[in-house]
Amino acid sequence: MHEFTMAVLVKNKYGVLNRVTSMFRRRRFNIRSLSVSETETDEFSRITVTSFGDDTEKRQLADQLSKLEDVCVVRELTAKDSVGFELLLIKIRNDPENRPAVRDTADSYGAETVDYTRDSVILKLTGSTRRISAFIDLMRDFSILEICRTGVASLERGNTTIRQVKI
Amino acid sequence: MILSGADIVVRTLIEQGCDVVFGYPGGQIIHVYDSLYKYRDELTHVLTAHEQGASHAADGYARTTGKVGVVIATSGPGATNLVTGIATAYLDSVPMVAITGNVLSSHLGSDSFQEIDITGITLPITKHNYVVGCVEELADTIREAFKIASSGRPGPVLIDIPKDIQMAKCDYEPQAPSVPDERRQADDNRIREAAECIATSERPFIYFGGGLISSNAEDELLELADLIDAPLGCSLMGISGIPTDHPRFLGMQGMHGHYASSMAMHRADCIISLGVRFNDRVTGNREKFAKNSKIIHIDVDSSELSKIISPAHAIRGDVKVSLRKLIDNLSPIKHEEWWKTVDSLREEEAKNTDKREGMTPFRIIETLNDYLKPETPIATDVGQHQMWAAQYLNFKSSRKFITSGGLGTMGFGMGAAIGAQMGTGEHAVLVTGDGSFGMTLQELSTAVSYKIPLVIVLLNNGVLGMVRQWQTLFFDKHYSNTILERKTDFVPLIKAFGGEGVRATSIEELKTSLEKAFSYEGPYLIECVIDKDEFVLPMLPPGGAIDDIIVKEDDLRA
Ligand SMILES: Cc1ncc(C[n+]2csc(CCOP(=O)(O)OP(=O)(O)O)c2C)c(N)n1
Ligand SMILES: [Mg+2]
Repeated sequence: MHEFTMAVLVKNKYGVLNRVTSMFRRRRFNIRSLSVSETETDEFSRITVTSFGDDTEKRQLADQLSKLEDVCVVRELTAKDSVGFELLLIKIRNDPENRPAVRDTADSYGAETVDYTRDSVILKLTGSTRRISAFIDLMRDFSILEICRTGVASLERGNTTIRQVKI
Repeated sequence: MILSGADIVVRTLIEQGCDVVFGYPGGQIIHVYDSLYKYRDELTHVLTAHEQGASHAADGYARTTGKVGVVIATSGPGATNLVTGIATAYLDSVPMVAITGNVLSSHLGSDSFQEIDITGITLPITKHNYVVGCVEELADTIREAFKIASSGRPGPVLIDIPKDIQMAKCDYEPQAPSVPDERRQADDNRIREAAECIATSERPFIYFGGGLISSNAEDELLELADLIDAPLGCSLMGISGIPTDHPRFLGMQGMHGHYASSMAMHRADCIISLGVRFNDRVTGNREKFAKNSKIIHIDVDSSELSKIISPAHAIRGDVKVSLRKLIDNLSPIKHEEWWKTVDSLREEEAKNTDKREGMTPFRIIETLNDYLKPETPIATDVGQHQMWAAQYLNFKSSRKFITSGGLGTMGFGMGAAIGAQMGTGEHAVLVTGDGSFGMTLQELSTAVSYKIPLVIVLLNNGVLGMVRQWQTLFFDKHYSNTILERKTDFVPLIKAFGGEGVRATSIEELKTSLEKAFSYEGPYLIECVIDKDEFVLPMLPPGGAIDDIIVKEDDLRA
């Protein structure tokens, strides 16, 4: 069992996300995160999905995605050959006792304060999924009020592009 | 030329080579029906009694002809009535285009009268579906739907057309019928590896399914079998793919498969699997399935190759082309020892044939066999009668066994038989059970109206026999809700519909009835009363392994 990331280029049409997620639900794939975004052209949208499983499950996921009519390209993005980041927003209780400790942790991760009130602080951090998870874990020592993370945005290194790869 | 959307629907169907469609009208599809009226000399519309019947008819038409079956229904309840038929076609990979009307585009999403989200409902049971957004896209959408339905692994596609789009006008120019995408070619290296595996095996076995038939690879199959001297077996969906009496053919695999076929596959050291998907009804206990053999798995749909089993050689590609390539990579081999084993399995199987006389399932189907032509299409419903038909019917040519394998849809038979008859122009047969027949027998009216020559062999055991069999075996004979005890008198019933019928109480009577039935130009029902405790054997209990196979009734009653 391991985690993997797939970039999926889909037609930019009404209801495509629904088709993709409906397939995930029906076939019971484990989805860790999923993000949808615009691309360099109006024609396509890009879905980035992280899931986990063994190699057979990974192949199944790619094969089942490729079978959907609106899916144009499915590409695995490996840690070695791609860069991937997520964005985290985390709201913490602004507790005078913990203030310095929160500040220290945030600083050592390079998290930015984007909202500050008497009762709460929102920190922003971008980084790899692992780094973000580690940061959240540290923040559990304090009082977390809310978390929102975007899921991975990922591109292959070098000059290859997803549209050069045909399924 | 400038046409209305409704006219474009019909003109595009004609353009795509469609000669008959099945359906049922209603308010949101009324414009298309007006166009069907206008073009009635070019396209026949068959009005069924229920949309489900129409969907199964389109399915039966597609299975027998290999063409795309077309069904049309109105919005809301008309559309939802198609769901079982679409799902049946999806699970058996049958090319179908379903067209539904819907409310005005501007009313979509507001729960208007008879509005239903049919594309949402059918998302998981279609290859693809559409809501047509404007009349300019209509013709191309229909063309694309035909292409998708018939390309690669076939399947159903649904097109939902809001009423305003049927009324809007735009330019339409006819085009040539869509051709399916070229089927993916297997990789040559993979083929060579598989050929190597076959060449070094001592006990090869070829196992084929519906994918072999949809790839039209029947001839290549037999050529390979001769070349490598292998026995053959098939899944329920593969039946009729090759002649039943072919000397290499051992019969069906699976829960109620033929003994010699199941045992031979179990003992094989190399299983060449063609257009099959290793359903749980075939593998039984997945862990123990084919433990000692190398599996070569060829399918156009690569997702099948990593779904259930992990084959030693997974080959993504069209079955026909792959077989041709395999054959080119192999030289003739003989397997005399292996055939001694196979023959001894056959002898063992022969010992267990049902030798009873009288109205037993075996004798009834055996008698029916004598009246079949090589071209006769035979549809079934679902239950014990379906398994007996699969086990005992004698087929001479491909695409003649029309059965719901993947979904196991009771009520499939009547519609499917009508569609199969219209597709082939042959006198068709339906083998049904009292439970299944009760689900869709209203289609008798369709068969009468359209003078469908159809022989209906009803195996009336008074029970939901297949479920009863399980209750006998696994539920201490608690016959919960499987005893029908209905007062339905089937012979007067079919007469009331305008057909003919008779009850046969002996094999002699059955023969004379079949004689009459095959010369009757309409639906002719022969009710065969059989015992409620007949068993379908052999039986591999659900989740069991090959060693758990039950072959004789004595094993059960003990
Ligand atoms: C629509 C539907 N409902 C329920 C079932 C479950 N089921 C499978 S076989 C069977 C009994 C079929 O009875 P009948 O048609 O009389 O055939 P028999 O087994 O008696 O030959 C039932 C209820 C099904 N396959 N399809
Ligand atoms: Mg019955």
